[in-house]
Amino acid sequence: MNQTPSGFLRRLWELFFAFFKIGLFTFGGGYAMLSIIENEFVEKKGWMSEQEMMDMIAIAESTPGPVAINSATYVGFHNGGFWGALCATLGCVLPSFVIIFIISLFLEPFMRITLVAKAFHGIRAAVAVLILNAARKLRKSVKLDFAAVLLIVGVAVLELGGVFFGFELSSIVLILAGAAVGIVLYGLLGKGKEEQR
Amino acid sequence: MILWELFFTFFKIGLFTFGGGYAMIPLVLENVVNNGWMDSQKFYSLIGICESTPGPIAVNMATFIGSEQAGFWGSVCATAGVVLPSFLVILVIAALFRNFSKKFYVQSAFRGMRPVIFALIGCTGLLLAFENAFSSFPTLASPADPWAVDWFLLVVTPVLFLAERGYQAWRKKKLSSVLLIVIGALCGMLFG
Repeated sequence: MNQTPSGFLRRLWELFFAFFKIGLFTFGGGYAMLSIIENEFVEKKGWMSEQEMMDMIAIAESTPGPVAINSATYVGFHNGGFWGALCATLGCVLPSFVIIFIISLFLEPFMRITLVAKAFHGIRAAVAVLILNAARKLRKSVKLDFAAVLLIVGVAVLELGGVFFGFELSSIVLILAGAAVGIVLYGLLGKGKEEQR
Repeated sequence: MILWELFFTFFKIGLFTFGGGYAMIPLVLENVVNNGWMDSQKFYSLIGICESTPGPIAVNMATFIGSEQAGFWGSVCATAGVVLPSFLVILVIAALFRNFSKKFYVQSAFRGMRPVIFALIGCTGLLLAFENAFSSFPTLASPADPWAVDWFLLVVTPVLFLAERGYQAWRKKKLSSVLLIVIGALCGMLFG
């Protein structure tokens, strides 16, 4: 990318500011953010092509971390290298950081107000539903072959059994085990290879 | 030192959160609630708040928990911790790999991880729903007290669940999470 120093700095600022706006106005998860990114960077600014956008989505979904942050890092990197990635990511994180930090200072006393406590009581019900829905949504992308069912049942038994019998189980270990099973079963042994895209 | 603990804990959490912010919830539950940084009631309220505010739920939760544990620098450490793994991984991948996501072994690993993450989130949801209604999940150490039923939650949780499903079937689109939380809050204020 041939740019003058001041042009480069301006681009960094643009990245920061664009993702600051995106971070500020994205409610309810990174997927809402993706269409905003498309609007802003593909259509308006023309910094990315549709194809690059799709690559970004694929990568953002295949790496750890929230899709929103991953997208910011990716777009930032492709438009400004390391510093671009840093500015974009910082921009994305900053608005919610400030808002949540402020909320954290006032939440305790706020929750002691009876009406607020009642509201949060109701929110607990909503949160249970949201988590179950998140699980439901995820299930749609799980191909229920024998191995998948075995993994699901295995994890469920271990988790619920862990709670009942009082033993701790590391989710991280389970996730790694899943990845290992995936690599061995689908990768090395090529099970279900005909289903590959 | 608490700042380092926060950073390290959330770095671990950030490193293994695949497939969206909700995948983080079982990890946070395990690393934060189970080591006494927060009680589970507050944790679930926190999810509600983080879902209703801008920004990814994962980052918001880190910021909040960090702030509670160690003020401003706590929230900085926790937030930096949760963001750093994905930041670094993406830089490496974007710089070095073409078509990373299409690589066969990456896809294979994900095919294995998805059922696990699904089960983890599903169990968390079921446990929460159960805990909500009956105050605790029966354990060998303390079998459930049959009279500790929270009628409000026992009724409202399935009602909300069905209402959301009904809405989705009727309007062909999802009820926004923020709206669901607001409805829950209203129910709480009216009937709680």
